[in-house]
Amino acid sequence: MSFMKLTASTLAIAAITATAAAARDNVHVAGSSTVLPYATIVAEAFGENFDFPTPVVESGGSGAGIKSFCEGVGEQYIDVANASRAIKDTEIADCAANGVTDIMQVRIGYDGIVFASDINGNAFEFAPEDWYKALAAEIVVDGKIVANPNTNWNQVNPAFPDQPILAFIPGTKHGTREVFDTKVIEAGCKASGDEEVFKAERGDDGAKACMAIRTDGKAVDIDGDYTETLSRISADVNGIGVFGLSFYENNTDKLQVATMGGIAPSTATIADGTYPVSRPLYFYVKAQHIGVIPGLQEYIDFFVSDDMAGPDGPLAAYGLVSDPELAQTQADVAADKTMN
Amino acid sequence: MTDASMGAAVPRQTKSILIEDARTKKRNAAERRFRAYGLAAICIAVLALIILLTSVLGNGLSAYKQTFLDLEVALPAEKLDPKGNRDPAEMAKVTTLAYGPVLQQSLVAKLAEMGLTTEASNKDVGEMISKEAAATVRNYVLAHPELIGGTVEMNILASGRIDGFFKGRVTMESAALDKNTSPEVLVIAQALKDAGIMKTRINWDFLTNPDASDQRPEAAGLGVAILGSLYMMIVVLVLSLPLGVAAAVYLEEFAKKNRFTDLIEVNISNLAAVPSIVYGILGLAIFINFAGLNQSSPLVGGLVLTLMTLPRIIIPARAALKSVPPSIRDAALGVGASKMQSVFHHVLPLAAPGILTGVIIGLAQALGETAPLLLIGMVAFVRDYPEAYSSSTGLFGDPSTALPVQVYNWTQRADPAFVERASGAIIALLVFLLCMNAVAIILRRRFERRW
Repeated sequence: MSFMKLTASTLAIAAITATAAAARDNVHVAGSSTVLPYATIVAEAFGENFDFPTPVVESGGSGAGIKSFCEGVGEQYIDVANASRAIKDTEIADCAANGVTDIMQVRIGYDGIVFASDINGNAFEFAPEDWYKALAAEIVVDGKIVANPNTNWNQVNPAFPDQPILAFIPGTKHGTREVFDTKVIEAGCKASGDEEVFKAERGDDGAKACMAIRTDGKAVDIDGDYTETLSRISADVNGIGVFGLSFYENNTDKLQVATMGGIAPSTATIADGTYPVSRPLYFYVKAQHIGVIPGLQEYIDFFVSDDMAGPDGPLAAYGLVSDPELAQTQADVAADKTMN
Repeated sequence: MTDASMGAAVPRQTKSILIEDARTKKRNAAERRFRAYGLAAICIAVLALIILLTSVLGNGLSAYKQTFLDLEVALPAEKLDPKGNRDPAEMAKVTTLAYGPVLQQSLVAKLAEMGLTTEASNKDVGEMISKEAAATVRNYVLAHPELIGGTVEMNILASGRIDGFFKGRVTMESAALDKNTSPEVLVIAQALKDAGIMKTRINWDFLTNPDASDQRPEAAGLGVAILGSLYMMIVVLVLSLPLGVAAAVYLEEFAKKNRFTDLIEVNISNLAAVPSIVYGILGLAIFINFAGLNQSSPLVGGLVLTLMTLPRIIIPARAALKSVPPSIRDAALGVGASKMQSVFHHVLPLAAPGILTGVIIGLAQALGETAPLLLIGMVAFVRDYPEAYSSSTGLFGDPSTALPVQVYNWTQRADPAFVERASGAIIALLVFLLCMNAVAIILRRRFERRW
């Protein structure tokens, strides 16, 4: 009876499943969607040039990557977490609670954050102050804190065209948002002198209020990827979006980039620090897996090698700003230097 | 009297059924309106389908064509085998990064031979060749070390921007603004095409190649995703068909009607409506963290999708069993068959077409599911083809992706060439779904019996 045969084969498969050793011979990486393209480029080249299998690279965001990284030590847990921000102390404690005590922090380079609008729209030359005045929930007018009254860019800065304010900024789950908040909005708050007024009126904690983003629809949080920001800008020529430098460099025929503080973003201006809005990119390695998972040490060595992460390597060609201290990083990785 | 009655009948004669009175007109108008609404609804649905299909086909069909170029590649020994001993282990130390310049030189030499001059730099000319080509040539050289020092005729991929130019995605205007290509390079590409060196041809590699990184959209393919989806469907079929049918037969034919079975029934109906991502969370907790199965493996994916599909199979299977008339059971029992014989010899074969239709529709739903796979690590960049069985990872234990996941992945990439790839993947997915639905319809047509 075929039904019986099916049942028997089901049981047989269940038995095989139960006994299958869950050994893993490939490196497993997860984390930031900003680091993802760089990690896939390295993984692909690693698979081509070494006798190890190509590492598996998952996306999902810095926070999600570090969370699954911290779940434990063993073959069913990932080996490397990509992150577009540094790991937090709470996350390190989380890791330690699950036995993940030996974490290596590897900085692979820097990522520029650029402000770009539709190629057929108006050109802009921003300073952080302009973004603060355009997007903060409350600003100081005539020495008083008021709800942000600006609706058009020319109210923010008379040099700007008369164009409605519409900004597409990364949602709060993105690591990019943190950089935007501190390096643009907070810097703008300080530069405009408004921070003093906030401090005077609301105390030191009150100064954080100038980092609050307006919620009246002029600033739109994008929780998806840069492709979503791009399609929103294509739909509305007045929109200005926040992108990673590499995304912009792949879409220069659709986007025009704004300068920040008079400096146009490029790998050169970000590397020498003149372009103000950039952040380091990291990956974190579970040192307890080195020697257990085949190819892990070779993968991380290859990632930070001059061939890959150097200024003439494929990562730089894709938009990563090479780290001037790469040699130090290479030495640390080779020595498996862990944090703390 | 007659006259009087005739006279009275005159106004009634105007109420002929052939002449509509106000109420009839109103009712008829209501019916016409209703028909118009229905027709409009269908028109909107058809229009939506046409828009969807034209956009997907318009964007995606070009993914099945690709631009290649025939190039005589010079293989300088000093670069590809610096030690000169033709030892494969030594030659393997020369990475693909060293092969890029070799290809660039060959192309520059070819342009010089053709008498083409350009303002574009040698590096820009080299960018016309896909980065995948370096890997193709390296693998070929490692397999044929005796070719080093000579030349070899190779058919290699052109880069995504050049390919986009021949497909109309990249124009001279957009290239002038584009940092990754330039009008001068496109002029050379056109010249190479006119000379027959560059060709855009049907590319079935799109269905067999693995995924590729953001720098080489032209090499990305669906091979790993199709294998992963296939393995998952095998797991789902093998597990959910017997389990689902057994559950349905038991509940419908053998179980006593009591509070307990009522509870089970209600729960099965509820489970069918649970959002699929919930099964992903369950799968992560049970199959990966508790049972220790491999992340990203088709086995875990298949198990999760089985959980999701089971209630969706049990419900139509029970409906199919219910639709078999009681007279069949009574007749079987009447001639002395046992309950089990009546079920397996008579009821189940008659219900089989309905059950199979339910199973195939359930499988088709599982095939298109992305959300639960997100949590078990299948939304990933995987380049190695998963093996059905390997001694280290067990049955279906190699990491892989799935078709809908590949679509999701590609829509997030920065390079515009991936839009075409994503649409191409949607076409492949739709073809799979159409085939499965066609099988379901054929089975129903051939074996269905009406009572």
